[in-house]
Amino acid sequence: MKFQPIDLAAAGLRPDKRASVYQSTKATHEKRTKLLFEQYNDPDQLRRWAGEVKQHAIENLDAYLPAVEAKLKANGAQVHWASTAESACQQVLKIMRARGATKMVKAKTMVSEEIELADYLGRHGIEALETDLGEFIVQIDHDHPSHIVRPIIHKNRREIARSFEREGLGAYNDDPQTITSRARQFLRHKYLAADVGLTGANFVSAESGRMVLVTNEGNSRFCLAATKCHIALIGIEKIVPRDYDLALLLNLLGRSGTAQELTVYTEFITGPKTAEQPDGPEEMHVIFVDNGRTDVLESDCREILRCIRCGACLNVCPVYRQASGHAYRSVYPGPVGAVLSPLLEGKHGFAKKADLPKASSLCGACHEVCPVNIPIPDLLLRLRNRANQEGIASPGTPPMGAWALLASQPLAWRTALVASQVMNHLPTNLLPIPALRAWQEERVLPEWRGGKFRQWMSQRRKAK
Amino acid sequence: MNEEREQIMMRVRRALSPIQERAALPRYDSEMVVQRAMLAGRDRVELLAERMQRVNGQLFTDVHALVAHLSAQGWKHGYCDPVLWPALAVHFQGFTVELEFDRTRVDDYAFGITRAAGAIAESGTIVLNDTTTSRRLAALTPWVHVAVVERATIFLDVPAAIAGLGPDRNVIWCTGPSKTADVEGILIEGVHGPGVQLALVV
Repeated sequence: MKFQPIDLAAAGLRPDKRASVYQSTKATHEKRTKLLFEQYNDPDQLRRWAGEVKQHAIENLDAYLPAVEAKLKANGAQVHWASTAESACQQVLKIMRARGATKMVKAKTMVSEEIELADYLGRHGIEALETDLGEFIVQIDHDHPSHIVRPIIHKNRREIARSFEREGLGAYNDDPQTITSRARQFLRHKYLAADVGLTGANFVSAESGRMVLVTNEGNSRFCLAATKCHIALIGIEKIVPRDYDLALLLNLLGRSGTAQELTVYTEFITGPKTAEQPDGPEEMHVIFVDNGRTDVLESDCREILRCIRCGACLNVCPVYRQASGHAYRSVYPGPVGAVLSPLLEGKHGFAKKADLPKASSLCGACHEVCPVNIPIPDLLLRLRNRANQEGIASPGTPPMGAWALLASQPLAWRTALVASQVMNHLPTNLLPIPALRAWQEERVLPEWRGGKFRQWMSQRRKAK
Repeated sequence: MNEEREQIMMRVRRALSPIQERAALPRYDSEMVVQRAMLAGRDRVELLAERMQRVNGQLFTDVHALVAHLSAQGWKHGYCDPVLWPALAVHFQGFTVELEFDRTRVDDYAFGITRAAGAIAESGTIVLNDTTTSRRLAALTPWVHVAVVERATIFLDVPAAIAGLGPDRNVIWCTGPSKTADVEGILIEGVHGPGVQLALVV
């Protein structure tokens, strides 16, 4: 039997990795739920409001994008637009070349993963160093992140210690404290030597042009304290209407993602630094990235653009917990990725990832935990339907041809109904499959009653 | 460049044009995200101290206790915002305190003392901005950050702090020390920023 790519990847996952993904996602999910429900009377109402705020924002991007652009320019930032991944990479390179810059420090940004910026810059002679601890480890290992918030959820301390030893960061030591302090020592001098700091943004307020950036490690702050030029790569869906909405969204983001009331560092940036402040970027560039988002906006799955990348749906998902992130073959894994990743592949690439929406039991847990209330199971169904309409092959799905034939031919149907009465006389205790035999030992099949309704119908007609 | 802008805007307009009725901006009260029962009737400084402790920060109202704490830990060399120093100098006998921060020697400073623009009692957060905080690096790179917070600048809750962001180009909220759980989900403090976050309320 053939299987879908995601099933094959999940089946090949090492048991220790599966165990560590399972345990840490479960623990985070439980802490998240406890915090939300202990502290708020009605956290579900908060999720609904946050969802409405973001839905409103994405359905009014035609007004909000120019508004944000005007605010940012008035605050002294330069605003650029990139339709594609390639264009976004080129524009970053162009900004760096114009400054004669060769060194960049990067805070974690999902968009930069999406456009594979670090590799692109590396090929053009620019060192683009990841500074988030997890992303740094992913980078030195030439690996890929497997979780939106916890990029190395699939790695254990021994693997990391070996990588650090290989990279000359010290003799083998797998104590997490030592690993962290070695990264601290190594990276702080990299920040101070870099010319450009690159970040994403979690939110951008259309009202003020304020971009909001959250990290726990303080790496984005270091990028913006040590370097002279700030480049922010921002997906066009990151807009929120007002500053007022930030209190709601930040409270939900911290609690949903990492079970914190607030993420440690929440930075609000409206432009390059002023002359009085000695540290930080004098030059600020904002690049708004489309890269498939307008296609998503045009589709019947535009709700997915509400996503604030908290990772709560990954943590709760029974499929993600078993499969881990790499099985999704995408920057965005888990339930959100199962919707977003095939869509971001564009009209022609959809088939490549059409298996992802099928990797769900539609249990609805992702919808229940989503801080912006995205109806992920509905969107998965729409994408399954789309794959079916486009005739995309679905290996592993049981053939339905015989059933379709039966159900569309009245004569064949009636014959089958009658013939199936033979099932009432089958010696089920002799079933050749042990599992089925074990099952039926505890249970009795109900008597086959096929055709009874038709009998009743025809007698009723005659009686009239 | 402008071409790409037009292209994206055109695609956005095209994507949105079939929508009959666009989602309205909900009217809600951000009071709903405030843990009001916890805050009611509390002294802001006491509450801030309690909430900072929850995120592994620590608050002092007595400068002697702060100095004793730094001394006991062996944190004797640091930076202090020159504006604060005249009032603090007398308490820091036996310390080496620099009033200029040298970015080529970030590892020399065990602590950095800077002014905060405020704090948020509800979340145990220190608020820094570019106008009030003398150096971004001095509040970030030393192992210990001491934020000097004026009592009157403490916001009670998060929505109030959002409303009070003000015109500064850069505001940062620091809720506890820098941390990560990237390695096997184990919490480690002091990744890129301070491993110890202290506040002195004056």
